[in-house]
Amino acid sequence: MPGKLKVKIVAGRHLPVMDRASDLTDAFVEVKFGNTTFKTDVYLKSLNPQWNSEWFKFEVDDEDLQDEPLQITVLDHDTYSANDAIGKVYIDIDPLLYSEAATVISGWFPIYDTIHGIRGEINVVVKVDLFNDLNRFRQSSCGVKFFCTTSIPKCYRAVIIHGFVEELVVNEDPEYQWIDRIRTPRASNEARQRLISLMSGELQRKIGLKVLEMRGNAVVGYLQCFDLEGESGLVVRAIGTACTLDKLSSPAAFLPACNSPSKEMKEIPFNEDPNPNTHSSGPSTPLKNQTYSFSPSKSYSRQSSSSDTDLSLTPKTGMGSGSAGKEGGPFKALLRQQTQSALEQREFPFFTLTAFPPGFLVHVGGVVSARSVKLLDRIHNPDEPETRDAWWAEIRQEIKSHAKALGCHAVVGYSESTSICEEVCILSASGTAAVLNPRFLQDGTVEGCLEQRLEENLPAGCGFCHIPYDELNMPFPAHLTYCYNCRKQKVPDVLFTTIDLPMDAAVIGKGCLIQARLCRLKKKAQAEANATAISNLLPFMEYEVHTQLMNKLKLKGMNALFGLRIQISVGENMLMGLASATGVYLAALPTPGGIQIAGKTPNDGSYEQHISHMQKKINDTIAKNKELYEINPPEISEEIIGSPIPEPRQRSRLLRSQSESSDEVTELDLSHGKKDAFVLEIDDTDAMEDVHSLLTDVPPPSGFYSCNTEIMPGINNWTSEIQMFTSVRVIRLSSLNLTNQALNKNFNDLCENLLKSLYFKLRSMIPCCLCHVNFTVSLPEDELIQVTVTAVAITFDKNQALQTTKTHAEKSLQRASTDNEELLQFPLELCSDALPSHPFPPAKEHLESASSNSGIPAAQRDRCSSWIELIKLKAQTIRRGSIKTTVTVEKASPVGEGNFRNRSSPPCANSTVGVVKMTPLSFIPGAKITKYLGIINMFFIRETTSLREEGGVSGFLHAFIAEVFAMVRAHVAALGGNAVVSYIMKQCVFMENPNKNQAQCLINVSGDAVVFVRESELEVVSTQQPAANCQPSCTGGEVTT
Amino acid sequence: MTSELDIFVGNTTLIDEDVYRLWLDGYSGLWGTVCGCRFGGAVVLDGRAGRARMSDAVALRVRSGILEQTGATAAVLQSDTMDHYRTFQMLERLLHAPPKLLHQLIFQIPPSRQALLIERYYAFDEAFVREVLGKKLSKGTKKDLDDISTKTGITLKSCRRQFDNFKRVFKVVEEMRGSLVDNIQQHFLLSDRLARDYAAIVFFANNRFETGKKKLQYLSFGDFAFCAELMIQNWTLGAVGEAPTDPDPQADDMDMDLDKEFLQDLKELKVLVADKDLLDLHKSLVCTALRGKLGVFSEMEANFKNLSRGLVNVAAKLTHNKDVRDLFVDLVEKFVEPCRSDHWPLNDVRLFLNQYSASVHSLDGFRHQALWDRYMGTLRGCLLRLCHD
Repeated sequence: MPGKLKVKIVAGRHLPVMDRASDLTDAFVEVKFGNTTFKTDVYLKSLNPQWNSEWFKFEVDDEDLQDEPLQITVLDHDTYSANDAIGKVYIDIDPLLYSEAATVISGWFPIYDTIHGIRGEINVVVKVDLFNDLNRFRQSSCGVKFFCTTSIPKCYRAVIIHGFVEELVVNEDPEYQWIDRIRTPRASNEARQRLISLMSGELQRKIGLKVLEMRGNAVVGYLQCFDLEGESGLVVRAIGTACTLDKLSSPAAFLPACNSPSKEMKEIPFNEDPNPNTHSSGPSTPLKNQTYSFSPSKSYSRQSSSSDTDLSLTPKTGMGSGSAGKEGGPFKALLRQQTQSALEQREFPFFTLTAFPPGFLVHVGGVVSARSVKLLDRIHNPDEPETRDAWWAEIRQEIKSHAKALGCHAVVGYSESTSICEEVCILSASGTAAVLNPRFLQDGTVEGCLEQRLEENLPAGCGFCHIPYDELNMPFPAHLTYCYNCRKQKVPDVLFTTIDLPMDAAVIGKGCLIQARLCRLKKKAQAEANATAISNLLPFMEYEVHTQLMNKLKLKGMNALFGLRIQISVGENMLMGLASATGVYLAALPTPGGIQIAGKTPNDGSYEQHISHMQKKINDTIAKNKELYEINPPEISEEIIGSPIPEPRQRSRLLRSQSESSDEVTELDLSHGKKDAFVLEIDDTDAMEDVHSLLTDVPPPSGFYSCNTEIMPGINNWTSEIQMFTSVRVIRLSSLNLTNQALNKNFNDLCENLLKSLYFKLRSMIPCCLCHVNFTVSLPEDELIQVTVTAVAITFDKNQALQTTKTHAEKSLQRASTDNEELLQFPLELCSDALPSHPFPPAKEHLESASSNSGIPAAQRDRCSSWIELIKLKAQTIRRGSIKTTVTVEKASPVGEGNFRNRSSPPCANSTVGVVKMTPLSFIPGAKITKYLGIINMFFIRETTSLREEGGVSGFLHAFIAEVFAMVRAHVAALGGNAVVSYIMKQCVFMENPNKNQAQCLINVSGDAVVFVRESELEVVSTQQPAANCQPSCTGGEVTT
Repeated sequence: MTSELDIFVGNTTLIDEDVYRLWLDGYSGLWGTVCGCRFGGAVVLDGRAGRARMSDAVALRVRSGILEQTGATAAVLQSDTMDHYRTFQMLERLLHAPPKLLHQLIFQIPPSRQALLIERYYAFDEAFVREVLGKKLSKGTKKDLDDISTKTGITLKSCRRQFDNFKRVFKVVEEMRGSLVDNIQQHFLLSDRLARDYAAIVFFANNRFETGKKKLQYLSFGDFAFCAELMIQNWTLGAVGEAPTDPDPQADDMDMDLDKEFLQDLKELKVLVADKDLLDLHKSLVCTALRGKLGVFSEMEANFKNLSRGLVNVAAKLTHNKDVRDLFVDLVEKFVEPCRSDHWPLNDVRLFLNQYSASVHSLDGFRHQALWDRYMGTLRGCLLRLCHD
């Protein structure tokens, strides 16, 4: 009996009139948890009842606490007939189960009914008393923190990043059970909502158990999705990254446990082994010893919070994998082996994170993706979801092998998705193959020496661009040059990734949103034939999406894509592909060449003229884009680089494959072989269309920028105004002109118009940037295309003084560096200092100072001071001519401590319900997140049988989404929070039947509830009592639009 | 390609002031006929022709030059307009009880914007209010809104909103104790100025003062509102100041109804014109005091008895509801028009009225000084306001 749940129903307000005669309501409340139900008294004749109930107490297992939602039903008492339900509130009590999050849930919740929407509000107080349970065989995982944020949460520090956790649970969909024929839509919707809520709880608990097994204490980048498989059932699946996190604000956790040992350890190997290159001769043996010497570090791992003593960390012997042998650089091999050993223990070395602690990401190989088409069949035994598990395992295995082919042992920015139409399901997974620094992957304190060398050899800002694979044995034809930044390592000419732009990456100019859009008709077919048709189409779609992306990237004058997300959706008679990414110009990569057009029939004069006209247009666009995005790479002459200017050739960084149900795996080489790929050949009208469509993408109006990553490269002076929004469009295609071309044009117009509308609507926020623009496309019916966009608009200050001084300093620095190039040992390191979180030799120390700054881009002062500090330190080390850790450790620590003092402000306890901000980003500009209150994961169904009366489909969905926002805000406010970060709308399934005047919509949203404090108030906060500061932080942050 | 569904929902509800004005002014967001929807239905954009069939509201926005300013297309404008219209239609329910807007959770709107929404929603057109001022806020009047709409050029939709606002405010404060303005402000969260205007509207509607006659057409709503305020302050039950201690529930609507007793007492003033000596004495007092100070002295002297008779008779008649309704007609007929025909300057009117009311204190035979002051104090203010072209 490890938990007591206490609930008090205080009052209601704005209730609907349930008794037409008196225009009043006789309301009472049922409180249900598990199988126990309590009732309040009936409060007669009022629309604003004051129940002020006693505390209803539920004594429950913590397993149930995790799985079950608290269910509150408001009813209207009726003496003669059955009581009418007014609506319900589901409260997820999970946030109350971990000690650091919320302690009480208290506030006004909208009363929600699946047919009528929100009907008034109810004031509820919920508390949980947890008893310690030392049962080692327990099934619950209370205490494991969950974060949707795909980076290390702001007020935590990653001690160890354990790796991938996944789980899925299946059940029958209540909507498709026989009973649905006789029950009301309301009952059916509620059964569904409750079931998904239960399944989510169960899933979270199971994942928590896995995390405890891995000895972690948190899941970061938690992504939960549900698949509505129709007849064959309902799948709720989740992936995440298990971590051991340390709270930064608690000073006790910060210093002793993890740092002191590592400091000590750092020195020893450094002295023992001053020359890193000695390893090159015999890489395997000494290294193995080092890597496996677990025993000393073990004593320092104080994370063993749970009672289970299983030795899952015990390394397996015999790291085989031949790929290590063929690596070029001995150092690289060294690193790889070490990383590999750390990753070898894991079945899938995947990370759902998209942003990493400095130094974590060593090299990026490129995007890896896998898709597979499956035929759904009824899930016979829900307790053994083997088929679904096997499907995903298969795809993950494929991803893993792709990563290996790229010379990488890990996949970062990993995500999974599905698209279902009738009985066909496309499973997709994608990520970025990468080489990681093993430091974070285990209690790895022994890696000290390696780390040092790593930092020496890899200047920041370009290190991650250097190829991880063997130059002589490339997995695909690629054109390599020496890095334009450090000129030591090889880099590819273009880089595609699914992750966010690393904080320390050297970028020239600003970034922009790049989308590839594509439709392909397919014949309607059944079952096996349908699946085959789809799998046959997939490679072509991927190829074309990729070509489009590449062309658009060139057109923008950029050379890298971040946050790439390719979505392929399946419908009855077509497939849609939508790829979104943020294009940037990486300073380390070569300047992209232009695009050349060539006609097939060179003799025709007018045709020639047309071609040259097009060519001119393209060239103009590239020039215009370069100006627009401020891409002015420094001119570097050939001799300095010492390698030929890259030939304009397109290469694929995508490795992927499709597999059909038959498990047949086909590898597809997407490169264009020997063909000069920058040349677009116009040989038919299709190609002409393609070129035209390239040019139809209009740039955003001046003052607007857009990206689909967390932060916009080149903009860092955010002001505090943010506006998160969701926009949904559905278009109906006229069935007459269903050709691929017409489809493409329609789809392209749909997306472009949607973007135009957004720019228009948000024009009052100029100058502003649309961040984390997330497009999802679905095909709800024949001839219907639905596009859903969620993003946040953030204003920024165009002429902030700090910005100008900074760039000024940057310039002078750059000049200095070029002047003294021969004299200085690390000239290019200095160049890349443009970004503040530059990995600095004493990496551990740097990690702290950087992580305190890096997450909050608007923290201008902090940034600047630490940046200056870094320059100073840098200057010092340069003067000495060599890097000595001891000196810099001393120098760096005051910076770190200073920052910690700032952060140690206690979080607000009882903030009044005020403005609740929502953002898909992991941070709030101009503010510091002081506390994470827990995960918000909500699922709603709304149905109507009076569609016309509710304003048609637009009125219906508009109201529903507004209600969903309201319910999310109410839950956050009740937890004591004032914002949701990393918010996403994971699903928005809309179905209509206008003839029957009916519509139904399912929405699933999630995010992290947080408390934030405005930076301007931070100083006040840190010196005063917390309660006094709640008010300004909650009321001060209003967005005026 | 037709757009089936097109929505935009912000965490902070976007409010475009210009679109709000168009919506309030009753311009349709839809092209063609408005079906019986609560919100507008789907909008069909003629994609092939590349241009949208525009609704009134969109056409007006286009005319404002917004397309040139922003580089947007008509289709974008149509979609934006529809989004705003839907939002406003959803907000309308809350605007009917503004405190609800403050406490609701569905729309996150900054307080300054909430105030703007409310204030604009309850704002009314001068032309419209002049048409319904003093009329019973009943279904019958509502039926006449078509005519008012045609006459004033204000859309029927807007007329309905304004009429419903008047009626709603009336219904809420009708039965309330305490200051009319305070009650309105508290329940509708209006600005002081707007609350005062509503107090006047409610007061006029309750007492059914005639304001529509042709000879009253020259008066503005402001003139009437000014008079209403004076009357509320001096002639109602609430004005006496004894009501708060009065436990009688009948005295509930204190600020809305004229003090019946006071009206009854006004009959006593008749003696001022009925008693010939008193009338002569009054005249001589006024004339003595004003000789040489008035540009229109002779006209005043000649007209004194008529004017005085007019003013006192108006007072004496106020016992009858019918005559209460005609108060303004009478005042204009009996006082304003004679003055105007003799071209009295406003200053002379002021001097005369001051002297006219003050001189009564010197009439020894007259015992109703307090009553006279309560009557004339207000009437003097009103008359001065009514005396203009």
